[in-house]
Amino acid sequence: MATTDESATRAPRTAASNGKGKGNPVSWLDDRIGLAYQGKILLRKVFPDHWSFMLGEIALWSFVILLLTGTFLSLWFVPSMSEIVYHGPYHQLNGIHMSEAYASTLHISFDVRGGLLMRQIHHWSANIFIAAMTIHMLRIFFTGAFRKPREINWLIGLGLLMLGILEGFAGYSLPDDLLSGTGLRIADGIIRSIPVVGTYLEFFIFGGQFPGDVFISRLYIVHVLLIPGILLALISAHMILLFYQKHTQWPGPGHTNENVVGAPFFPIYTAKAGGFFFMVFGVTALLGAVLQINPIWMYGPYDPSQVTAGSQPDWYMGWLEGALRIMPNWETHIGGFTISWNVLIPGAAVMGVLFTLLAIYPFLERWITGDNRDHHILDRPRNQPTRTGLGVAGVTAYGLLWLAGGNDIIATHFHVSLNAITWFMRFAVFVGPVITFIIARRWAISLQRSDEHLLLHGYETGVIIRSPEGGYSEIHAPLSQESAYQIASRERRPPVGVPELEDEYGVRARGTAAERVRGRLHELWFGDEIPKPTAAELEEAHHHESPEGPLLEDGGHHGIESGGQIGGEEFDLEESSER
Amino acid sequence: MTEGPHPTDGHPDGAGHDLAALSPEEPIPNPGLPPHEPRPTDVDAAQERRAERQVAGMFILAALLALAFCVLYFVIPPPSDQSATFMGYGASNLALGLTLGLALLLTGAAAIQWAKKLMGNQDIIEARHSTASPPNVREEQVAAFKLGVAESGFGRRTLIRNSMFAALGMLGLPAIVLLRDLGPLPGNLTSITVWKRGIRVVNDVSGTPLRPSDIAEGQLVNAEPALFFDEVGPNGKVIKAKYTGTALNDQKAKAAVILVRMLPTDIKSAQERAWGVNGIVCFSKICTHVGCPISLYEQQTHQLLCPCHQSTFDLTEDGKVVFGPAARPLPQLPIMVDKEGYLVARSDFHQPVGPSFWERG
Amino acid sequence: MKFLSSRRRHPLAGFVVLVLGLLVMGGLYSMFRPAQAEQGANDKQLVAQGRELYVVSCSTCHGMNAEGVVTKTGDNYGPPLVGVGAAAVDFQVGTGRMPMADPGPGQAQRVPLMTPDETRALAAYIASLGPGPAIPSPGEYDAAHGDPAKGGLFFRTNCTACHNFAGSGGALPHGRQAPDLMKTPPKYIFEAMETGPGQMPKFSNGVMTPQDKRDIISYIQHLKTTPGYGGLKLGSLGPVSEGLWGWLIGIGGLILIAVWIGNHGVRAGKKSK
Repeated sequence: MATTDESATRAPRTAASNGKGKGNPVSWLDDRIGLAYQGKILLRKVFPDHWSFMLGEIALWSFVILLLTGTFLSLWFVPSMSEIVYHGPYHQLNGIHMSEAYASTLHISFDVRGGLLMRQIHHWSANIFIAAMTIHMLRIFFTGAFRKPREINWLIGLGLLMLGILEGFAGYSLPDDLLSGTGLRIADGIIRSIPVVGTYLEFFIFGGQFPGDVFISRLYIVHVLLIPGILLALISAHMILLFYQKHTQWPGPGHTNENVVGAPFFPIYTAKAGGFFFMVFGVTALLGAVLQINPIWMYGPYDPSQVTAGSQPDWYMGWLEGALRIMPNWETHIGGFTISWNVLIPGAAVMGVLFTLLAIYPFLERWITGDNRDHHILDRPRNQPTRTGLGVAGVTAYGLLWLAGGNDIIATHFHVSLNAITWFMRFAVFVGPVITFIIARRWAISLQRSDEHLLLHGYETGVIIRSPEGGYSEIHAPLSQESAYQIASRERRPPVGVPELEDEYGVRARGTAAERVRGRLHELWFGDEIPKPTAAELEEAHHHESPEGPLLEDGGHHGIESGGQIGGEEFDLEESSER
Repeated sequence: MTEGPHPTDGHPDGAGHDLAALSPEEPIPNPGLPPHEPRPTDVDAAQERRAERQVAGMFILAALLALAFCVLYFVIPPPSDQSATFMGYGASNLALGLTLGLALLLTGAAAIQWAKKLMGNQDIIEARHSTASPPNVREEQVAAFKLGVAESGFGRRTLIRNSMFAALGMLGLPAIVLLRDLGPLPGNLTSITVWKRGIRVVNDVSGTPLRPSDIAEGQLVNAEPALFFDEVGPNGKVIKAKYTGTALNDQKAKAAVILVRMLPTDIKSAQERAWGVNGIVCFSKICTHVGCPISLYEQQTHQLLCPCHQSTFDLTEDGKVVFGPAARPLPQLPIMVDKEGYLVARSDFHQPVGPSFWERG
Repeated sequence: MKFLSSRRRHPLAGFVVLVLGLLVMGGLYSMFRPAQAEQGANDKQLVAQGRELYVVSCSTCHGMNAEGVVTKTGDNYGPPLVGVGAAAVDFQVGTGRMPMADPGPGQAQRVPLMTPDETRALAAYIASLGPGPAIPSPGEYDAAHGDPAKGGLFFRTNCTACHNFAGSGGALPHGRQAPDLMKTPPKYIFEAMETGPGQMPKFSNGVMTPQDKRDIISYIQHLKTTPGYGGLKLGSLGPVSEGLWGWLIGIGGLILIAVWIGNHGVRAGKKSK
């Protein structure tokens, strides 16, 4: 470090002092902004290569596409609810009263060349933006990349996801077509249900009664300035922290908690990430070319007395829509006031609960496991059965709510009763996650067991041999050291003991209640995990299975399988009576 | 690119790392980075040239497609020309999208292929620095901050400090107060509609007034108050609609109704029957859940379903909820027949229409 | 005139006037009455043929004289058909909904079991039992004479709640569904509005005039022929199918690309492990 440091600091000075680089853009810039310093941080910065590390990049690039296409659309879009009578090329709407917002969206779609394409790219990339953020978050969750020191970036990411959803809903609502107006009507119903201040908020937000005449222009500035500004700031912070903390990496040969192995930012990562931007743009453009999205001319302009079957929000609001649909019709009346649980809970509480759980999760896990170390090596999901189980449970609950949001489409396309789906979902949302938690956790533990088996006994070669005594057994071969290391490089956890309630003199120890809860949770958290074999155990296992080992003592397998072929592979043969 | 796997930036500082975790009983030692293996393009000149041709070919194709985009932009008329279709799809969108999309896709694929096949691909290792500052730096900065606090007297001059907090706190108020004019106060607007005694119930869109005899059993009429349409008065004079534009939408969002006709004997509630005319009953069209307009009427079961969240109302029994998330029955509008034989409202709704709210009781 | 005036007190004069009056009225009636009844002498034959078909195919559920069959619980096994009119028969039988294959909610459009002639006979028989809407003449449902813009307004106010914005159909309670309108010929759309088949409410001519119905049909015809300006219409189901394809093709495709980018590729001289 010391040597590179010196050469880096010296370089600009010499270039400037001997005047050699006059007119050279590098020295020009370096003289002014210390370009070489930036380059030192950036140019050879290492990025580990794995497909799952590129999910966040999809989100980043779709955001860039959204900015580009959105700017294009804003050149024609008129964010006004003033009513006009349409006379234009789409003659099915000729003579119809509509807002300027809707009319200008028709104009973009039909009269501006490429306008429809840009609208469709904008909408597709919005769908992909939030989808990519979601799967990126799931990747971070299941691999434990949110652990110290990355908790702040986890929180920033959650903020991005939440704002992304809001931004998407705002955009969906702008064209003032029948579908977006219905969405706003529902939002209005949810705002109205807020206790005490509901109707006041409604009148302030809509500038009077719903729908009023100001909301679209207000929403427009939120959609094109306020939220994108915050998104941009948060994305910058997200990236700066990523740069500073460096990317995590999978366990593997040569990978340690103190290094990062991969390709340099320049040229490899520049080419790959830059190329990926174009490919993301290309995919969304092709989607926009081939698949029609949000055909507002078919929905017609918003009219509060009209509605269409299949009124649904875009996918990312689908789970909230599902919650609204399956919620029982509870309403409380106290002293002349109404609390609409049927709207409040799905409309506000469900989202609040999910995001709160996600936000506190890293801290909760750290508290339970007592793990205060820095982590730069990712967990394989199987090595964290409880976390994996919780994640799968969360995905299940989300997925069921999501399905419930499309219950009418499911009913018509799979010929099921709408009412039956709703009733099923009312219970499944609670029971489903419990079941999938148990399955996923046990599954992960089974995979641990299989890993342990691989480590101790090698892998099955498929070669069956017959001993002189007539017994059959399959040959197991040891793993390569690379794969063995990959499997074995998971953490061993020291258990957190349950503190004594009283000390040796019978005095109640302080703070033990919380500690006791924590101890119990800790036990549950790591319960049933297959402990990683120690070096001694591994040695013992390998010794046990050496050719001199008691192959036949336990009978072995006397199967009648035959014909295992080695297939040209080379390995040191070791026999095993194990399965 | 010939640099081997070498640890740059060796940073011995281990603050924040719990090295105790790496116990000697680890079963498998870290074998270190496997040796670099060359790609076919590294060792075979023919393969290399092939990859080069591939990458350049994709870039050139992308450039041509971008040109094609420009040409098609001018050649193909916009979708407003409804005859410009290709196999039933809008020609403009399809042509522009395909050329642009493929140009972008090929540009990206070429860059990535270049990186994968031809750029140096040696893995390199960078040492991680602890995110935490070294302890001495941390102590220094904490001391500097404390010095700053002491110099400012922030802790000592409590009067100044507290008055500053008061000022900052109060400055938040104008920010809130300024928002007051965002909209009027609700008043009783959430509880009333434009319906009142004598206002005709007319067919939506056409605005035609309705006689009971026009409405067949099993019929559904999506209706509005006559105030929303130009009316021809008894003397042939046209009475202009009272509400138009956004004001009309505000009123429609509350006053839209549906009329259905069933056998009077099918109606189970005596009040409902009394508020109707010969089995013709009039209900609010605005769902009591979150306000979608509902007109999904099943003429045999007499149930009304909301297509948004599937609240189902029984129109034979005061619009009570039989399924779904809505809590309140659908308000009924009492109707009668006026002197000329048309259906008119007898009064406004007897309860607020639409979604529940706090003050509703 | 003298001939007439001299005999106006003839005992048979009243009778002659009555006959003449009846003839005029009959003539006028036959000029103005619905087209389908114009067969005159054929009518009786047609009704008889329809009656035969009815007894074979329909009477089990609707009763020997179309009076309906009531179950023990008081529900209709098959509703009475007196007064439903020829239009209802033409719709139900012409779209294959009747005779029912099996009783159940939401009878869907099928290949009709009866030929157009048989349907006409059956319709004539049912029409003979009591007055009801007649089968519309082609002019009544001619989309060319409708205003699609106004029809769109009617469509979005009265039809989309069940049949969806593009006429793709939608869900009703308890497994019933509103059918897709894109395959339904204009005549049946007209008849459905007039007669309210199944759970569908009626939109009688008194409220929604034949011109209004023509406007709606004109709009639906435009929906059928509107090109996919933005590409494949994905079933015209709204955001649910869009989200599905966005995930499958958009995210799915991009992950495949990411796998390609992250994949280390072939190595020279390396055998499989």
